[in-house]
Amino acid sequence: MADTKKHYDEMFRADGTTHPPYQDYEQWFSGQDAARLEAKSEEAEAFFRRTGITFNVYGDAEAQERLIPFDLVPRILSNREWTRLSKGIDQRVRAINAFILDIYNRQEILRAGRIPIELIANNEAFLPQMMGFSPPGNVYTNIVGTDIVRTGEDDFFVLEDNARTPSGVSYMLENRETMLQMFPELFSRIKVQPVSDYPKNLRASLAACAPPACTGKPTVAVLTPGIHNSAYFEHSFLADQMGAELVEGHDLRVVDGRIAMRTTRGYKVIDVLYRRIDDNFLDPLSFNPTSLLGVPGIMDVYRAGGITIANAPGAGIADDKAIYSYMPEIVEFYTGEKALLRNVETYRCAEPEMLKYVLDNLKDLVVKEVHGSGGYGMLVGPAASKKELEAFREKLIARPGAYIAQPTLSLSTVPIFVDQGLAPRHVDLRPYVLVSPKGVDITPGGLTRVALTEGSLVVNSSQGGGTKDTWVLED
Amino acid sequence: MLGKTAGGLYWMFRFLERSENTARLLEAGFRMALTRSKDTESEWKSVVATSGAQAGYSKKYDSFTDLQVIDYLLRDEDNPSSVISVTGAARDNARLVRTALTTEVWEAVNDNWMTLRDHLSEPVTPIDLPATLALIRKQSALVRGALYGTMLRNDIYDFARIGTFIERADNTARIIDVKYYTLLPSASSVGSSLDNVQWEMILRSVSAHRCFRWLDEQEMTATAIAEFLLFDKRLPRSLAFCVKQTTENLAYLADEYDMRHRSHDMADRMRRRLKSGTINEVFDTGLHEYISGFIRDNNTLAAQIEEDYRFIG
Repeated sequence: MADTKKHYDEMFRADGTTHPPYQDYEQWFSGQDAARLEAKSEEAEAFFRRTGITFNVYGDAEAQERLIPFDLVPRILSNREWTRLSKGIDQRVRAINAFILDIYNRQEILRAGRIPIELIANNEAFLPQMMGFSPPGNVYTNIVGTDIVRTGEDDFFVLEDNARTPSGVSYMLENRETMLQMFPELFSRIKVQPVSDYPKNLRASLAACAPPACTGKPTVAVLTPGIHNSAYFEHSFLADQMGAELVEGHDLRVVDGRIAMRTTRGYKVIDVLYRRIDDNFLDPLSFNPTSLLGVPGIMDVYRAGGITIANAPGAGIADDKAIYSYMPEIVEFYTGEKALLRNVETYRCAEPEMLKYVLDNLKDLVVKEVHGSGGYGMLVGPAASKKELEAFREKLIARPGAYIAQPTLSLSTVPIFVDQGLAPRHVDLRPYVLVSPKGVDITPGGLTRVALTEGSLVVNSSQGGGTKDTWVLED
Repeated sequence: MLGKTAGGLYWMFRFLERSENTARLLEAGFRMALTRSKDTESEWKSVVATSGAQAGYSKKYDSFTDLQVIDYLLRDEDNPSSVISVTGAARDNARLVRTALTTEVWEAVNDNWMTLRDHLSEPVTPIDLPATLALIRKQSALVRGALYGTMLRNDIYDFARIGTFIERADNTARIIDVKYYTLLPSASSVGSSLDNVQWEMILRSVSAHRCFRWLDEQEMTATAIAEFLLFDKRLPRSLAFCVKQTTENLAYLADEYDMRHRSHDMADRMRRRLKSGTINEVFDTGLHEYISGFIRDNNTLAAQIEEDYRFIG
């Protein structure tokens, strides 16, 4: 989609001077030889290919594994910017956990009338099986990916809260590793906060949520749907980095009231399971009976305190796009403070007045499915043809509750490296957040996704976006 | 270690070994065909039979030409034992067990797959065949080198090695058997010059003709070559060597886990039989009968290992 508005460029001001966080980098970059950088860029691609850092594309037989294009210009945030952002994220993530705990227990926010009950009752992500149960340490979303976009110097917005199984953290780690290998001299000139602690922190954070039945050092495992899953690389990467086993449903079964994995020496009990499969596939006895990915009986073990499932089943109640529109109220209700991070203005099509506004202004809005993800099933008004607009109008009228709409934001840009040098492209940011009873841990940086096509706002890897290393500077 | 991981390692190395053996077999067939002036149909037929792919091949083709056989054994994805199929299967297994591999081993397997996939994307002509087969063997040597050079000598290594030697024992046995059985026009040609040429081809297919010459000044007779391939403990592709290795790696596992299984006793029995076996005894029983018995035992052992170490649920 093309856009013509003026955007905030994170590296360069309109007069061509450089914003402070980028000054050292720009100085280094301007001294580089373009041919050398071109070679480095190819080197990076070969590195990703060789090490198998790929993702699978469903239904694409031609190229079952693709590389996510990597751009060698880092996205840089100052320490001050990061501190502000991370305070906001911390607050939001604590509120999200308190919200889920409340929804599955006392439901005070509903009784206080702060959000409509239909929003929960009719929500596919709400799991009645979780009512009255609190997971170990009261942590529901042990791992959160908060999607953030920027529109100006001090204007950051949360676009989405990913409270189920946020992916992409392996790219954050591998992007940094690649940069360290390609440009070691940069890191001795510019002090960048490290991200490499993430796997260690993930393990510690998961272990801190061990279930009541755990005695001794908690055994952690990662549950993957298997090698054909689009994020399989990440699952095996995280298991490897954490020193945990990577298991599939058929490796597991209930043994004496615990979940155990089949090893070459017999069955071994697992205390904490970092699952990367959806709620619906977790337990054929409780959810989708035809699923072969999960573990029959795991929900009973879970409810009896025999295992920790991270993220907790039902945590998705916090991250659909209808709930999102209430996030400022949710943050205020549970923390007693004003939300530090702003939401993007959101129109809930379920409400007749808002629906009318959306239908009247369709060509200026982005319309998204409440439960959709990955840039599928959305309408980008300004880029849509008359025919597409009409088709979407009918969808909206038929199922208004399934959609929300937002104004098109003027997303910030960061330059990417192209043949002619640097060229601005739109970006977003997904920082990774760990939650345990000990607190909230946010890795400084995250995954910057970048639209590779000029003017495009679509950054999703499944739609051809790329990634950048994300730097948070030391003071 | 997860049973699935052990199974993945075992199969990864079985597939890698199969790829290499198929390349060796084709090389032998190619040499045989080159030394014949006309009608190489039966040579190519024996190559297909030895690879165990006859049934699948016959569904597709009704003649045995060099181009067809080369294509079926190297590139055909309908043939589960073709080089391209097993290379992909080895790589899938490597992805499955990636947390158990060093970066070097993983990268070697991934590189093996990428290189061969590119190389085999077009049909291979007889002129290109020697270079292609050399590439396959070289790629497989790189994986083996990475394994030797970087992996901890623990249960992970043992399962990898067991997979290699179970597969190799099976391949060598089948090479001996099918060649002996299908190539000879009649029992009367035993000891004839045709017989000897064919035995030499068998030696070549396991890259052992030079080793055989080094060994002593024995003539290349069926008896001497059969004895060498069955019982010589120094030849890395002989049955005796393969079984010895399997037994040893199983013994390391028994030590490390402090647990003995049925597979340990089975392997020990096989090893003892090969140790005390003589070539006269083999010819008394009949070579084919002896080899068939071995293949059966080897398969039974493989299934028992799978069960003892819980490869599958």
